[in-house]
Parts: sequence; structure tokens; C-alpha cells
Amino acid sequence: MDMVEYKRKKAAKTVCLKILFWAAILFIVICTLAPVLWMLSASFKSIVDIMNPKKIFMFSPTIKNYVDVFTKHKFINPTINSIIVSVVSTAIACVMGLPTAYSIARFKQTKLSLVILAVRIIPAITFLVPWYIIFSELRLTGTYTALIIAHLLVSLPLIIWIVTPYFSSIPRELEEAACIDGSSIAGCFVRIMLPLAVPGILTAAILAFIYSWNNFLFALILSSSRTRTLPMAIFNFISYTDVNWGGLMAASCIITGPVIIISLVLQKYVVSGLTAGAVKG
Amino acid sequence: MYKGVDKYIKYIFTLPTLLFVILCVTYPLIYTFQLGFHEWSMSVSIPKNWVGLRNYIELLTDSRTWDAFWRTIVYTFIVVVVETVLGVVFALMLAKIKRGTNIIRTVFLLPMVATPVAVGIVWKLIYEPTIGVGNMILTGLGFKASTFLGSAHTVLPSLILIDIWQWTPMVMLVVLAGISGLSDDIYESARIDGANEMQQIFKITLPLLLPTILMAVLLRVIDALKTFDIIYATTQGGPGYSSENLNILSYRYAFEYFYMGKASALLIIFFFVVFFFAMLYVVMKNKLESRYE
Repeated sequence: MDMVEYKRKKAAKTVCLKILFWAAILFIVICTLAPVLWMLSASFKSIVDIMNPKKIFMFSPTIKNYVDVFTKHKFINPTINSIIVSVVSTAIACVMGLPTAYSIARFKQTKLSLVILAVRIIPAITFLVPWYIIFSELRLTGTYTALIIAHLLVSLPLIIWIVTPYFSSIPRELEEAACIDGSSIAGCFVRIMLPLAVPGILTAAILAFIYSWNNFLFALILSSSRTRTLPMAIFNFISYTDVNWGGLMAASCIITGPVIIISLVLQKYVVSGLTAGAVKG
Repeated sequence: MYKGVDKYIKYIFTLPTLLFVILCVTYPLIYTFQLGFHEWSMSVSIPKNWVGLRNYIELLTDSRTWDAFWRTIVYTFIVVVVETVLGVVFALMLAKIKRGTNIIRTVFLLPMVATPVAVGIVWKLIYEPTIGVGNMILTGLGFKASTFLGSAHTVLPSLILIDIWQWTPMVMLVVLAGISGLSDDIYESARIDGANEMQQIFKITLPLLLPTILMAVLLRVIDALKTFDIIYATTQGGPGYSSENLNILSYRYAFEYFYMGKASALLIIFFFVVFFFAMLYVVMKNKLESRYE
């Protein structure tokens, strides 16, 4: 009898703990999601509904904010600029960075990899004062060239830093066996090594694209009204329309939308990119 | 061993990157360093004026610099401690779950990948004193309404909360990846020896993950020292100077007041602050790698 009682009590305790555990998980997930959901719901609210924070779910949705963002606030041009700058800078960073990453991995150029690490670590603003001055002298401020060069500062070290371990992990024997006599290192790199490192390259390229897409500081300093990217466009939007929260939220959704979709679809790569540098020793 | 062009391949492969580093990193650093000894407002008609150490002396005797310095340190310390503790706890919890981990992991990606300026704007709406949900929750729980980003006392804690929301997932994902790399055998033998859940966490999981956690912490420190986007998008360093860190202050000196010399001097100081922690990272990384290989 006592034994049965004890077992029942123990079972009840486990169930309680389980419920508590799941409640805690649910709480954490809700806290993490809430601001993003808030942004999404507010972007469909009219001005009147936004003014009343108690209307969390019950409001009549409108797409007026989105229409306004593109028509009144001319978001089409910044969207195109953002795409140009992030795609081109990521592509250039890959072309420059992949051979470097291979060379660092293959010839164990640790000094070079420390330099790359230093570039990743030094605050970008340290370079922006001289760049701003130099670009002004070359009459390059406000051009795509200036922005793309600036973005390389982030994407190039990132690509090298993420891809190098992938090249290092490819066994030398495999490389030597695959590159039979007569084929040069460069040929072997393009035909054998690059395809083998595709997961790493994808991870690095996705991350470089996301960082470039999100970058605010470079656009703040180096872009003109013609070349400004989305983060800059949305920032200008705050400065003169303090009240149009609906429009701001719609703009925020437009700018974060692509990045969030990429992360949903390519979750595995994004996770391994974001945790790179910590996970592998 | 190598023939023809292969002999030089390591120079050919690294040349573009090296050129980029020299032209776009090393040269600007030297430029900034020497500009720190000048006074110049980027004017075409008034040339640079050599002032020696005056910029540094002015900066180091100005309480605004020290305020920004300590704010940077305090901000970094608090966010990193909280993010590490929460991140490790959440990861240990999530490691227990068998189903749905993919969905949960995706949820935790959102704060990290969302565009920081947009994140700042959303939090600005949440923190808005009259129409934001922030005060609705505070008053609903029986607390006094807050001004959040609007006053010097509450602005820093409000910004710290955004950072914690944004970056706790990073620590969590790193630790989670670490946990999934641990072998089941250790736990099995621990269970046979009669170790309970808590003992397994404190005696096995955490000690084994310590190197991973340390690397995540240092990466967070380096990035938290440089926080810019969130602060600039929400407060631009205000109200007054109350949310200026070293990054924001340098930006303001350079691109709001155009004190190019003073800004450069501050950047050099900022550079050394970040570099100190970076050296720590490199030293630790090398130590850990040599121990665990």
C-alpha cells in the first residue's frame, strides 16, 4: 500500500516538473519571438490601432503602410542598392577570400590568419575616418565603389575565417590522390578543393550576405541619397516621421524579411556560421 | 617539389587579400594614428595643424570620454554575464528536448539575423512611453510606468535588455552545438556510477564545455565593446550624452562635429581597448587548442 502511494507521488512530481519545464521553454520562446511578431502585427495596423497597445490581436489589418513605404517613401531605390551592394561585395569577397583561405589552410600561414583575425576584431569605425577623407579626395563618397570596398572589410575576413577550417579538415591524402600528376595546384583547387568545401563556402557566403545587408555604419557615412541602402533609408525615415509607426514597422518588415527567410530555409548553414570561431576550438 | 607557377602559388592566392589589407586596413590605421596629432575639421581652406599630444590630453581630461569608457565597460560586462548565464541555462534545457528542436533553434536565430536598425526601431516602439507595450506590461504587473529610452537613468538598462534579447541566442547556439558533440558514453558510465542529473551537468557537461563557452564569451565581449547600430538607431547617444559608448562618441566627434583630429585620437584609444581583449582571445584560443588537440 505504502509502495503504491509512494510511486503515485513520484509520478505526480515528475509530471509537475515536466509541465514546469515546458512552461519555461514556452516562456523563453515567446519572449524571443514577441518583438518580431509585434513588428509584423504593427506593420498591418492603422495609425489609430497602433496608438492603442491593448489591441494586440483584435484590429482590422491594412496594407496601406506597405504601399506607403514604396510609394511615398521611395523604398524601391534603396532596396535595389542594398541588393547590388551586398551581392557584389559578397561575390568579390568570395573570389578574393577563397584562394586565401585555401592557402592559409594548405601552407599553414598562421601569421596571415592572425592578420585576418585582427581585421575582424578592430572596430570598423577606426578605418572610416581615414576612408571618408580619402574617398572625399578621390570624389568617391556616395558611390557604389566606396560602399562595396567598405563592405569587403566585413565580408572578406568573415569568408576567410569561416572557410579556412573547412579546407584544413580535408585530408591531404585525398587531395594528393585526386590531383594526379600534371595538374597544377590552381587547377586542383578549382576542380577538387572548391567542390569539397561547398558547405563551408555556402555558410560563409550566406553570413557575408546577411552582415552586408544589415550593415548600417558604412551606409551612414559613405552613402549619398542616390546610393543609400535599406538600413540607411529606414533610419532617415525615423528622423523626419516620428509618428508614422505603421510605416516604420512595414519598412522594418521589408528589410528583415529576406534575411529571416534565408535563415529559415538555410538554418543549418546560418547556425554554423554564427557560431564559427567558438565551436571549433 | 613544385614546378613552375606552383612555386609561387601561395603568394598568388593571397596577393589580393594582402593588397586589400595593406591599402584598406594598414594604411588607414597609420593615417588615423598620425591624424590624432593634428587639428582638422576637413576644411579645404584650413590645412591640418600639428598639435602634438593635445587631442589625447583633452580627451583624457574630459569626463565625457571617461563616462563613455566606463559605460562601454559596464555595458559589455553586464550583457556578457547575463547572456552567458542565460545562454548556458537555455542550452542545457533545450538539450533535454527530443522533438521540435529545429523549430526552436530557428526561433532563436531571428534576433541575431534581424537587421539591427530595424530591431532598434521595433524596440523603440515597444519602449514608447504612452503607446508602447513595455509600459502596458509594467503597469499590468503593478510596477510604475517607465520612460525607458527617454531619461538618463533608464536608457542604459533599456539598451542592455535589447542586447540580451539579441545575443543570448548566440551563446545558447554555441553551447548547444558543444553539447551535441559530447559522447553519450561518458554520461552512461556516470549514470552507472550513480551520478544524478545535477551532478552530470556540473561534473561533466560544464567542465567539458568550458573552452567552448569561453570562446563564445570572448567573441561576445569583442562585439559588445563595439555596439553601435542599436544605440544609434534608438537614441543616437542621448538623451544628452547618457548612452554614448566609445564607438558612438568617436562617430559623433568625427561625423557630427567634424573634429577629425580628436576623433582619430579617440579611435586610437578605442582601438587599444578592443585590442586588449582581442589579445586575450588569441592567447586563450592558442592555449586551448594546444591543450585539446
